[in-house]
Order: sequence, then structure tokens, then C-alpha cells
Amino acid sequence: MKPATGDFAVRTERLTRHYQMGATVVRAVNDVTLAIRAGEFVALLGSSGSGKSTLLNLMAGLDRPTSGSIFAHERNLATMTSEELARHRSRTIGIVFQAFNLLPRMTLEENVELPLRLAGTERAERTSRVHEAAERVRLAARLAHRPGELSGGEQQRAALARALVNRPSILLADEPTGNLDSATGDEIMLLLREINESLGMTIVMVTHERPRAERFAHRIVQMKDGKIESDGERL
Amino acid sequence: MKIRDLGELAGRNLREALLRNSLTTLGIAVGVASLVAMLSLGVGLQDLANQRLSHSGLFDAIFVAPRTNFSAFGRPARTNEEPSASGAIAPPRPLDEDARAAIEHLPNVNEVYPEIRFPTEVQFRGNPYSTVVAGVPMSARSGGAFDAIKGVFFSGPAADETILQIDFARELSEQPDTLLGQQIVLTYAERQPLPPEAGKGSSAGEASSRGAADVGMSPGFSVVPREENLRIVGIVETQPAAGFGGATGRVLIPLRLAEKLRAAQTNDFREILGGTPGKANYQSLTVRVTGPSAVKDVEDAIKGMGYSTFSLLDATDNLRIVFAVFDLLLGIFGSLALVVASLGIINTLVMAILERRREIGVLKALGAADRDIRRLFFVEAGVMGLLGGIFGVALGWTIGRAMNFGANLYLHRRSLPATNLATVPWWLVAAAIAFSVGVSLAAGIYPASRAAQLDPVEALRYE
Repeated sequence: MKPATGDFAVRTERLTRHYQMGATVVRAVNDVTLAIRAGEFVALLGSSGSGKSTLLNLMAGLDRPTSGSIFAHERNLATMTSEELARHRSRTIGIVFQAFNLLPRMTLEENVELPLRLAGTERAERTSRVHEAAERVRLAARLAHRPGELSGGEQQRAALARALVNRPSILLADEPTGNLDSATGDEIMLLLREINESLGMTIVMVTHERPRAERFAHRIVQMKDGKIESDGERL
Repeated sequence: MKIRDLGELAGRNLREALLRNSLTTLGIAVGVASLVAMLSLGVGLQDLANQRLSHSGLFDAIFVAPRTNFSAFGRPARTNEEPSASGAIAPPRPLDEDARAAIEHLPNVNEVYPEIRFPTEVQFRGNPYSTVVAGVPMSARSGGAFDAIKGVFFSGPAADETILQIDFARELSEQPDTLLGQQIVLTYAERQPLPPEAGKGSSAGEASSRGAADVGMSPGFSVVPREENLRIVGIVETQPAAGFGGATGRVLIPLRLAEKLRAAQTNDFREILGGTPGKANYQSLTVRVTGPSAVKDVEDAIKGMGYSTFSLLDATDNLRIVFAVFDLLLGIFGSLALVVASLGIINTLVMAILERRREIGVLKALGAADRDIRRLFFVEAGVMGLLGGIFGVALGWTIGRAMNFGANLYLHRRSLPATNLATVPWWLVAAAIAFSVGVSLAAGIYPASRAAQLDPVEALRYE
């Protein structure tokens, strides 16, 4: 049975994103229709250039579609102003990058606090929210450190805490284990699954590692040349 | 994002590139300092000119002469025959005691006094010296001429005291300072009105000018030699202004005393030719009013009484225009350095965009709106402008002090009184800092909007 539209965290209809590169038009996302239910853990799988990161950026509201629609909780991102998209990124979305993207001169505490500052959260509330997020990723003891003093795994956990601190409903992860060794990568994946299960948070993860996707995600969407090649729930 | 968070983030960013931002701020400070130093010089010179001119007593003074004889002033009769405010020109009247009393009773008139100068012989230690004595009103004490007096000013309006002009004091003694407290004897010719039968059979020492009475004018006067002992209380370098006559005496005595002496003056033939019999008749009177703003009304009233007047009020207006243009030019030259400094701000912030490209991308991914990024760069530019403005004002003030110090050193070596060449009033401090922040914010417009428009996807890809 087709679910009601209200149950979808993210939904796209004939979503297209084309780039002009000189005389060539690159169809990074080409006529993609996809629906992700709230609370799902979805892996976007595909090789380099398949369009999975572009699709993730469109879901984050960092990029705008060339045509088609993309809804987050039924609000069309394609028609939003840049202010509204910023609010969408601040309140609905948490993002984790492959390269962690922590600000090197800030301590972990300041890095995790940053989304709260941008959202205008009251100072008194910030400390408890930062500690709550740090404890969830088991990094409370390292909050006074700067990113350069931490291992890759710890940095990615800090980035995860930063993504969670605004209590978003959708967590987007772009190759979160790409810069980590296998054991540390598994740690991060376990954390993501724990977050998905305990908080009921929708997770969309871009990866090119099929075994890991099959091990942790509920559903794998395989992309190729900007289109969905296959879309199936893991058995 | 809240203002405080914006300020904290901007402060952190400024501290991260400390050397570059400090140099940019220093550039602004130098620009502001040059502006402040230039304008402080303009303001200081204007203050100095105003102070000197108001001390000179020329701008709260009206010079009055009988209309028939205005040309005796020896100055262009620019305003003398203009109608008064009431439109009517009263018939010419003699400038005598009654006229003086009437003018004294006009509103806003502080003082009315004649110009009294007469040639005399001074006896000092048995030696005679020829010179000119001048009466000085007590109000002249506040004038700049007595600022550098050695000794003291007159103790009263009719005190038997004298202040010597330095050149004359040097004639009396090689060490003029030793003259203070010593006595001189003034030998002068006193006018005495002739009794109706007098004029014939006068004593040998008296000269008569009786003849004028025969033609129905003033009865004339006789001249009697007199002596007056005066104590030297002060010595002055400069001479106080004495109306449009310009020249003053070298022996200064209180004006009341000078009037009391009734010494015969060089222009006394006027009293013979016209005037009220038995009453002092003046060639001119100086009227001091409460301030330059009262000059016009009093001048009109005196014209209405039938006298010619002259004041220098128009000259002060011209002076104000000259200084406004002067300040404008100084301001333009001073601002040039600040314009150059603003290019430094643009350069620094554009460099910061390149350096912080990825960071801007991260901030946008975490929820920063274009507006937040724009404001962040604006605040950074504004903080640099504020700090540069504050340091610049301090530096400009120091330069002003240095100019004052140098100028006063120069004046001191030439035995001239110290003066304030450069002045930094509060309005200049506030305006310079506000201007610095304004210029910095204007310089931040381009970098801030460029940073705000960065594509976050591109920025996050940037290594």
C-alpha cells in the first residue's frame, strides 16, 4: 500500500539537476522520483559521478533543482527562498561530511555549539544541548580539545554531535566513513544505527561501500548516471 | 544569529589573522590620525584667530563719530551714511557728554569711552623724556595685550598708576624689570575752561584760544602746566588696540585718570570750532557691547541718534567662511589617507573570503543564512573601523600635541606667549570615529556580499 504523503521525510518528483560545463550539460540528477519514509535509514549507493552526493545536497537545501520537486516533510524546497532554505538546514537537517569539516581553531565544544549559535538558541540552553549531543556520541570527555588533537574517528563523532545538536528530523551523511579505517568506520555506522533506532531519526547516507550499506541500512537506493538504478529494502 | 554571537565570531575571526588584521587596523588608524591632525589644526587655528580677535576688542566694539566729521577717522566710511533700522537719519549732533550718557543707557552697552591720547614729558630720576600718554579702560585687562604683562594691571579705574610699553621702559632703564614700583612724574598741559571775563591778562604761562567764543561757538579754554606722580605697576610687550586710531601711547594710564587730568589733546581745536559750551566734546567714542550679536542693534540705535558708526562685524562673517573652506580642504586631504586605508580593508576581507571559503560553506551547511555571513563580514569591517578610529584619534591627538609643543618651543624662543595651535574638540573625536566606522562598513559592502553569495556546495568542495 502506498503510504500517505505525510509519512514521508523526503520525497522527490522528477527531480533534475543539470550543470553546464563548457558546452556539455552534465545531468547529475536526472528525473529522479523517490520517497523516503520518516525513520528510515537509507543508503544511496553508487560509483563516483553517479549523482548521489548531488541528490544529498538537494535534500539538504544546499543546492537547487533544475526542475522537478523535492519535499522535506511536504514542504517544497524547490520554491523556498534562500532564507527559508537556511532555516531548513538549521532546523530540519543535520549534516555529516566525509572530511568532518570541523573548524580547526575552535574546541569541540565550540564546534558542536555552532549550529545552536546560528539558530539563535539561548545561551543557557546551549551548554546542556552540547553535552547531551556529546554524550550521545561518547565524546563528552574531549569537549575542550581542538579537532587537530583528536583521531579521525573522534572527529567524525564530534561532527555527528554537531549534526545532532539542533535535534533535526533528518540526518544526511555524505560518505561518513570514507576517511576512516574499517574498525572506526564500523563504530560510526553503529552510532548512526543507534541514533536511527533510539531517536527514530531519518538517515540518508551516501556511500560507495555496498557491504557496509547492506549491513546497516534498511534500504539501498542504487544510482547510476543520475538515475535510480535500483531501489530495494534490505531483506 | 544573535548580535552577541555575531560579535564573538567576528572577534574570533579577527584574532585568527592577527597580524594582517592589525596591519589593516593600523592603516585605518593612520588615516584617521591624519584626518584628526589636519582638522585639529584647522579648529585650533580658527579658535586662535577668534580668541585673538575677540581679545582685540574689535568685534564687540562700535566706533562712534559725529556725522559731520567721520572722515577724521581716516578710514573708509563704509556704513556711515546708511539709514538706521528706523529708516530715518537724525540730524547731526555734537558728540559730547550728553551723547555719551545717552549711548551708555542703551541696552546691551557695557562701556562707552573716548580715545584719550596726549603728548607729554615724563620725568624719571631727574631726566626728561618726551612721549605719548594713552588712557586705557579697565575692560582692556581681558584683552590679549595684557596677558603677558610683567607686574600687574591697574588696581582701579582712576589709580595713580602707569603701565609702560617695553620700548619706553628700556629708554628709562637698561633693566626694565627694576622699574616696577618706582615713580615717574608726568608733565602735561591741563585744559581749563575760561571764565566769561577771562582771556585777557592771563598769566604768562597760559595760552588762550578765546577767539572762538567771539564767533558764537565754544568759549575756548586756557592751558595750565600740571604734574602728576604715577607709580609704575606693569610693563607690556604689546600695545592694546585703541580703536581705529591704531596707535596707542607708550605710557598707559587708567582711562578715568586720563579723563580727570583733562590734558590738552592734539585735536582740541574741535572743541573750539563746535560743541556744547562748557562740556567735553569727543572726536570719537568707543562703545563696548555685551557681545558681537548685540552690535547691530546698538549700532542702529546710535545711528538713529545722529552719529556715524563703524564696526567690524562683517569681517567676522567673512572669517567664518574662510575657515569653513580651510577646514573643508584640510578635511579632504586628511580623508585621502582614510580612503587608501579603506582599500586595505577591502583587500583584507577579500583575502579572508578566499581563506575562509570552506568555513563559509560549513557555516551555511549548518544553517547560516546569507544575511548572517554578510553581517559577520560587516561586523569584522566595523570592528576594524572602530579600533582604527579609536587608535587614530589617539594618534591624531598626539600629533596635535606634538605640533603644539613644537610651535610653543618656537614661540618661547622668540619670547612670545604660548598658544594652542591644534585643538581636538569632543565633536571631532566622535565624528572621526563615526567616519572611520562608516568608511570601513562601506569598504565591507563588496566583500560581505561576495561572501554571502558564495555557493555552499562549491565552498565545501574547496580545499
